[in-house]
Amino acid sequence: MFLGYAAGVGKTYQMLSEARTLADAGVDLVIGYFEPHGRKETIALSDGLETIPRKVIEYRGAAFEEMDTDAILRRHPQVAVVDEFPHTNVPGSPRLKRWEDVHMLLDAGIDVLTTMNVQHLESLNDQIWHSTGVRVRETIPDWVLKQADEVVMVDLTPRALLNRLARGVVYPPERARAALENFFKESTLVALRELAMRQAAYAVESRLPDEETKPAGEVSVDGLVHRDRLLLVLTADPSSAALIRRGRRVADYLRAECLAVYVSKTGDLAGLGAADREHLERHLNFARGLQIETRILQGADVAEAVVTFARLHGVTQIFVTREKPSALRSWLASAFVQRLVNRARDMQVTVVADRSVRRNA
Amino acid sequence: MSADDHRDPDALLREVEAAERAARRGQLKIFLGYASGVGKSFRLFDEGRRRHERGEDVVIAAAQPDVAPEVEQVIRTLEIIPTQQVGGVPVIDVPCVLARHPQVCLVDGLAYDNPPGRRHQRRYEDVEDLLDAGVSVLTTINLEYIREQQEFVRGVVGTTKTETVPQEFIDRADEVVVVDAPPEATTGIEAQQLSQLRQRALLLTADVVDRQLEQYLRLHAVQQSWGTQERILVCMTPRANAARMLASGRRNADRFHGELFAIYVMQENLTAEDMMALERNVTLARAAAARVETLRGKDPIRTILDYARQHGITQIFVGHNLRRTWRSRLGGTPLDQLIRQAEGMDVRVFPQ
Repeated sequence: MFLGYAAGVGKTYQMLSEARTLADAGVDLVIGYFEPHGRKETIALSDGLETIPRKVIEYRGAAFEEMDTDAILRRHPQVAVVDEFPHTNVPGSPRLKRWEDVHMLLDAGIDVLTTMNVQHLESLNDQIWHSTGVRVRETIPDWVLKQADEVVMVDLTPRALLNRLARGVVYPPERARAALENFFKESTLVALRELAMRQAAYAVESRLPDEETKPAGEVSVDGLVHRDRLLLVLTADPSSAALIRRGRRVADYLRAECLAVYVSKTGDLAGLGAADREHLERHLNFARGLQIETRILQGADVAEAVVTFARLHGVTQIFVTREKPSALRSWLASAFVQRLVNRARDMQVTVVADRSVRRNA
Repeated sequence: MSADDHRDPDALLREVEAAERAARRGQLKIFLGYASGVGKSFRLFDEGRRRHERGEDVVIAAAQPDVAPEVEQVIRTLEIIPTQQVGGVPVIDVPCVLARHPQVCLVDGLAYDNPPGRRHQRRYEDVEDLLDAGVSVLTTINLEYIREQQEFVRGVVGTTKTETVPQEFIDRADEVVVVDAPPEATTGIEAQQLSQLRQRALLLTADVVDRQLEQYLRLHAVQQSWGTQERILVCMTPRANAARMLASGRRNADRFHGELFAIYVMQENLTAEDMMALERNVTLARAAAARVETLRGKDPIRTILDYARQHGITQIFVGHNLRRTWRSRLGGTPLDQLIRQAEGMDVRVFPQ
């Protein structure tokens, strides 16, 4: 994975440089998908490398080009180059996301070189929105990036990037102007770059062989390590999406397990209105997509049900949103937290920041 | 950076003046790698070539003796001011470079000691002279050659370097680029050591970038935290189980490679017992390598939140007995206020 922080930092260029080196060394390599963006130096690098033609897919009367995964599988090279990992395929494609196509290639024993920007990482989505005002739609669940054997940081300073943009290297003029107004503000670029470096450092660290054996929890007075286990308390409120992302991120960094629950009087979603039910189902699916085990608990008292479950499952930290849990609309969030803490004497309770609120920079 | 810098006009003026001075000085750009062979030299000379092609006046003031063929190829397209060989040590010909006075000067390898009798002991001091004269410098360095990293490097590879460059010189660079590549497949142990160096190089550059971001936001009077780095604030009270919060804070900060802060808001009418407990907590906080501060403010919650905003805190740790410890004017219980107003921050409540 060639990881960058914006278009134009040189991800594709570096990927193709490595592809050339491999091809020159006799490795059987093809270009599965490559987005030239009219960049001369990048196009020059792809010259002479075998390219699998793209597949044309009709959608609403227009023709779209996507990677032809089946053709690559038939050709079965040692290595395939696949640009823009987080891409969403046009409707009508066999798979929804390009990363799913990449998994097909990997499963068939084909090595893949690919590219992405840090802002496409699911667990950073709220933070990116909070800081930049841009809600990134094409996201990659964190576990997918975790499966990469190598993550390489492709670095370019924001100043150099802005120069490239001004010279028209990255985008044609109209698009460059639009870009300058959102992601390409200097402060935004500096922040995204720092996030990318920290993400790359984390990727290197989590692949160190002795990482698995280090104690992964809080050491208590008796010297025992209590392995961290996070429990996310979901509600129908939209803030639950941010709770799930943040919980996933903290759990990953603490090497902790992560569970999510919703508490209802009936033990299912039957008692909910159509809208709330839809929201909750979406949250539960979202959590499962990020490899978080979900449960629906039955109980009239949310705090009681949560703590009972938490104790039974060795939970060390409970994560809640700032919103009031739906069953306790009259309670203040802190009163709910207070009740949780009073019951969960041995657990920490975290009220996750509402990063969906944005202050203007 | 102290909390008051946000409002101190003198500090701001000093920074503006520093920025103006910097505009007259040459620009310093450093390519930082974690080991030799990751491609720093290529990045350096390739950028030199590109700038040359765009019409900038570029010369090479120092190259490495053994370079890869693709680097050799780029070097050949550029003008070279040869280093002087003094007792087998290559030394930048500073007078010659200053007389030639190019816009941009390329120095491959920043961490060299000059032989005795030269104007400066170290090559980076020569580079400083070039910058002062208005010549921009592009240069390369490996993590292993940064002075403050020697202890870490010894822990990883068992040896240290004598020819080093202070971290402070890196921090003052206008631009730092991390040159990253997967470690070359060698034996298992070596690959692991390289990974440790690699991780450190990425984090070190991230820290440099973080300080630049902080400076940028301050210069542009932006009161916003980006949360790019996790910063944990432990709120101590005499009766809180500070030991547990600090241990957890330390561990969380380490896992995120973030920073740990510990504060206490001074209260009136403390008993002798409270004061002793407080001193114990401050000692514990220092032992946990936290930045410790005692704050004064009529309203503890407001004082905590002001401090947290000024320092870009992302997580606040409090004991759940906060309710009994502090009274606040804002209304509601202290915990309630903290949760309501800690915008953009997680609040973690610890059992006591």
